[in-house]
Amino acid sequence: MSSNSLLCNSILFNFYSTKSQQQPPQERSRDRHKSRSKDSRSEKSVTINTPPAEPLLGDTAVRGEQVQDDNWGETTTAITGTSEHSLSQEDIVRITKDLEDSVGLDCRRYFTRTLAIILGLLVFLTPLAFLVLPHILWPDKLQSCGTACEGLFISVAFKLLILLLAVWALFFRPARAGLPRVYVFRALLAVLVLLFVISYWLFYGVRILDSQDENYQGIVQYAVSLVDALLFIHYLAIVLLELRQLQPCYSVCVTRSTDGETRHYNLGQLSIQRAALAIIEHYYCDFPVHNPALLSASKSRAAKHLAGLKVYNVDGPGNNTAAGIAHSQSRAMIAAAARRRDTSHNELYYEEAEHERRVRKRRARLVVAVEEAFTHIKRMQEEEQKKAPGDVMDPREAAQAIFPSMARALQKYLRTTKQQHCHSMESIQQHLAFCITNNMTPKAFLESYLTPGPTVQYSRDFWRARQWTLISEASVTSGLKDGTIFLLKCVDFSLVVTSKKIPYIQMSEEYIDPKSHKFVLRLQSETSV
Amino acid sequence: MSFVPGQPVTAVVERVEIQKLRQGENLILGFSIGGGIDQDPGQNPFSEDKSDKGIYVTRISPKGPADLAGLKMGDKIMQVNGWDMTMVTHDQARKKLTKKREDVVRLLVTRKSLEEAVKHSKCSYPKH
Repeated sequence: MSSNSLLCNSILFNFYSTKSQQQPPQERSRDRHKSRSKDSRSEKSVTINTPPAEPLLGDTAVRGEQVQDDNWGETTTAITGTSEHSLSQEDIVRITKDLEDSVGLDCRRYFTRTLAIILGLLVFLTPLAFLVLPHILWPDKLQSCGTACEGLFISVAFKLLILLLAVWALFFRPARAGLPRVYVFRALLAVLVLLFVISYWLFYGVRILDSQDENYQGIVQYAVSLVDALLFIHYLAIVLLELRQLQPCYSVCVTRSTDGETRHYNLGQLSIQRAALAIIEHYYCDFPVHNPALLSASKSRAAKHLAGLKVYNVDGPGNNTAAGIAHSQSRAMIAAAARRRDTSHNELYYEEAEHERRVRKRRARLVVAVEEAFTHIKRMQEEEQKKAPGDVMDPREAAQAIFPSMARALQKYLRTTKQQHCHSMESIQQHLAFCITNNMTPKAFLESYLTPGPTVQYSRDFWRARQWTLISEASVTSGLKDGTIFLLKCVDFSLVVTSKKIPYIQMSEEYIDPKSHKFVLRLQSETSV
Repeated sequence: MSFVPGQPVTAVVERVEIQKLRQGENLILGFSIGGGIDQDPGQNPFSEDKSDKGIYVTRISPKGPADLAGLKMGDKIMQVNGWDMTMVTHDQARKKLTKKREDVVRLLVTRKSLEEAVKHSKCSYPKH
């Protein structure tokens, strides 16, 4: 249901700052009688169908949704300044950005990788070049170097090997995400390494190549110093890229916008985009899966509230305080709604109690059915396998054999808890075979159906949201600060993230001598004599 | 009534002689004691100085031997048959009071009203 809303277009005037590179796409809607689309930031809680007044140019931003009525398509030509068939400037920008996004992201990944490989080759071949070039260019003038040089050769070789392994371990890991902006620290490190190597080459070129220095030992020591410095830069890379964000500094609170599920995590000093990445990875493990079917009840209740009242405008159109009309009418609606004797809370209470009872009854039936089904099969031991090759089944067949006896109860339960779209027959049978193979009890088998698990638990096509949008007022490469708020928008919902600084903890100690634990009786016994 | 370490304890005492009453197997005196050096002095409702760990009379059975002898609730017992009761444990006090071979216990008890009576009597007679 919610994925179809992408196809419905709505006019959205976003109030996000343009500093962030990502802008949510603007859509145009023809849904007239629905309340507003889920992304709107309008503060009004009612939708009033007023006949379109003369829109003031600056007002169109706020009133864009309120002027829609039944004759919208026929009588009104321009609401936003564009007609239905022309492309506005914003549309053009959006299209080009979409193009360059879809092409640009892949390009960027390969581009980064190529750059990294070139830099790596440059870095590794430089010391070897330093060592080899004198032998090629002026071999006769060169002093032969003794054992000290050979020792230095060995150390260069091993240090290069260590550097190679370390760089492979740190940098050549499969990329796990594509972030909107460049990773600042990594870019700075690359620039540093480049500058470093270039400066070494400059020195080498001017002082050694030009003057054709004969002291080979000095050249070898120069190469060794380069490799040492590269190892230290690698140490710097580890500290900046990996170690710095390990110490928890901020406590972030992540809330899902559709149903309010909240979790708290501790993060270190990260940039906003990397913090968002960490949060998304936690989201897939910790948050129960998003189930749009559970939200329909509250939406229908909200719709019933609005449907009860209808506003008539007796003053007629042509009133130039258009905003004033809207305000007064909404106030009237709110006042009338408050005065009306609303019994919807009563209905909610009984409905929820009834639903609870129904779920529990179905659950009991399901548990009994599954336990009974599991008693029908028995694992054959090794010795029996050789003896009686009769009616032997592998796990998949065993699962198919006992599945029908529990299928009905399971399906009814899933329907009652509105989870039936999360599990297909195939996946249930697969899970059953898996449980049988691993000697799991019926309760273990049922656990994944009784409670909605985290998103990772469900099949691949449920992970629809691989594309997340980071919406932030601050630049996404700036660090997390106290009070940073940003949004992670996905197709169906968004995650609202707020961060707070973990306070400085002042701890003091108090020493207790183990011998100081002494006790006296606090008695006042009374004895009769 | 309070105890200053190193100084002798002075108090105005009354001599009370209680005849033990035989009740079946036991000889009873008809009152209850509380206090002792192993007890918490702060919980003694009768002592003036809450660090006083002496033995106090906490309850008198009405018409019992102690009541008839004139023992009052809240009295501090200083001696029992010559045995000191100001620096004893609760159990030692009980033992001294319930010796099976003794039919009579002679107590030296003190109470606040005794002090006041003496003071009063000192002041009321003019000096000749």
